[in-house]
Amino acid sequence: MHIIESGNVAAATGVKLARAQVIAAYPITPQTPLTEKLSEFVESGQLQAQYIPVESEHSAMAVCIAATSAGARSFTATSANGLLYMNEQLHWAVGARLPIVMCVANRGVGAPWTVWNDQQDTIAQRDVGWIQLYANDHQQIIDTVIKAFKLAQTVSIPVMVCYDGYLLSHTYMPFEQPAQELVDGFLPSFAPRHFLDPNNPGNFNTVTLPDIRPGVDGTMMPGYIEIRHNLQRDLRAAIDVYGDIDRDFARTFGRGGCPFVEQYRCDDAEFVAVAIGSLSYQLRDVIDILRESGMRIGVVGVQMYRPFPSQAIVEALSGRKCVVVFEKALSYGNQGALYADIKAALYPIGQRPQVHNYILGLGGREIKTAQLLDALTLSCTAPDSFGDEPRWIGLKLQE
Amino acid sequence: MRKDIIEIRWHGRGGQGAITAAKIVANGAFVTGFKGVVMAPTFGTERRGAPVLTSLKIAKEKIYDLSPITTPDMVVVLDHTLLDEVDVVAGLKEGGLVILNGPRPLSSYSFPGMRVAVADVTSQAVSAGLPPGIVNSGIIGAFAKATGLVDIDVLVRAIEEEFVGKKPEKNAQAARLVYANTAIGG
Repeated sequence: MHIIESGNVAAATGVKLARAQVIAAYPITPQTPLTEKLSEFVESGQLQAQYIPVESEHSAMAVCIAATSAGARSFTATSANGLLYMNEQLHWAVGARLPIVMCVANRGVGAPWTVWNDQQDTIAQRDVGWIQLYANDHQQIIDTVIKAFKLAQTVSIPVMVCYDGYLLSHTYMPFEQPAQELVDGFLPSFAPRHFLDPNNPGNFNTVTLPDIRPGVDGTMMPGYIEIRHNLQRDLRAAIDVYGDIDRDFARTFGRGGCPFVEQYRCDDAEFVAVAIGSLSYQLRDVIDILRESGMRIGVVGVQMYRPFPSQAIVEALSGRKCVVVFEKALSYGNQGALYADIKAALYPIGQRPQVHNYILGLGGREIKTAQLLDALTLSCTAPDSFGDEPRWIGLKLQE
Repeated sequence: MRKDIIEIRWHGRGGQGAITAAKIVANGAFVTGFKGVVMAPTFGTERRGAPVLTSLKIAKEKIYDLSPITTPDMVVVLDHTLLDEVDVVAGLKEGGLVILNGPRPLSSYSFPGMRVAVADVTSQAVSAGLPPGIVNSGIIGAFAKATGLVDIDVLVRAIEEEFVGKKPEKNAQAARLVYANTAIGG
């Protein structure tokens, strides 16, 4: 059944359908309505879960770590500085291989204080080891939350489901609610091989030494570097796992099919715009306008950012004349993080396209379709005029 | 920039329910066959009583641009006292429509070059049995009458679904009363 609701309610509904068992969260704009909705679901008995109010985001993640270690399906959500306050626990959750799912309603990071959207908060967490999936509309939010729980427990790696604050979190649009019995068939209950059990005591995450050493039963146990190597190996393998999960999802629910990148009018495109999140959808209108004037141009939305789906990126972008990367985040002191990642992925191929980088929309600065049109027109008509430094859209410098 | 999108800007006061009203119309429009429906409240801080606005875009096809409305086809004003504080017709397209909850007759409101629909939603809602000041269900009757975009029966059903447990019959009746008592001119 379709309903018209906010992106936060789409996320909360996905968590309810996934039958999360423990929810711990601290309110922060623009995430707050998500966990408020979950508390209502728990209070009304629609979701059988422990809702644990905590005093900070750091504690929210600590509760999810403890609950998941005890074998419960756990969920939290946050934004911006709240996410950054969790940082130490984020590293812990992934190092301990706990399949927590967290929604992040993307928001700019203070200082200066802002509650509005950009993607600096999650992009800044790209090297932690969590899987990062991004949604472009409410249907993708609810669907991705359900897929994320399956992915997390299949690979024992936590997953962030990210969507643009306000633009998606507070905007209302129609989306289909998957039927509970179909979700139950798609997503098996969480049954970890190891979990904290008073009847079977054990130690988790004890100190590792620089080298391997025998465990209590005499067998050689991996050291820190082996455990971290295996995390990297499993993250790279998670790309294919997610491809399979997305195919399963499409078979069950009739939606999906673009787990890594979502292409629009790219078949014969010489020029391709690239963006993450709702901006990649806004760009579709611009592409339509440019197509009317005869320009062969398309847009690629990046749905999975970590692990970076290099092969899908190369397949989508090789053979193009020019790739234009629009970003609502920066690797400060260098350039757009996605821009740098895309260049690195394209480096080994023979005929590399030119790659341009635009920074825009930071702290909620409105992105006008006309600005995107001007930027893409410039990239298409004067591709050689660009250097490696990002250009900024919509700046109003008073100097 | 898409020509097929109908852009409707809703003006109200914080707490008056402009967002709920726009959401009900969004539901009615979707049921009517507008596959593209996007409702975006003004992002940021909201105080009770302060002027607020929300954007509703509807189209036959999916809408991808979530940016705020700058050149609406119509504006809905839930409170006539906003006319002294807010330029409600800012950016309104030539020949656009103003739908207003106001106590005075149509002839006393002037929006040059625009069409105007006026109803005394505040008093009609009281006639329907709602407490004074509840206008977000009634205004939908004026919207239905003035635009013809969505059938009043569809909107009444959407009102009843939205107001489950919150006087659904009286809210529906307010919309019907206003529908029958909306004056259109200009």
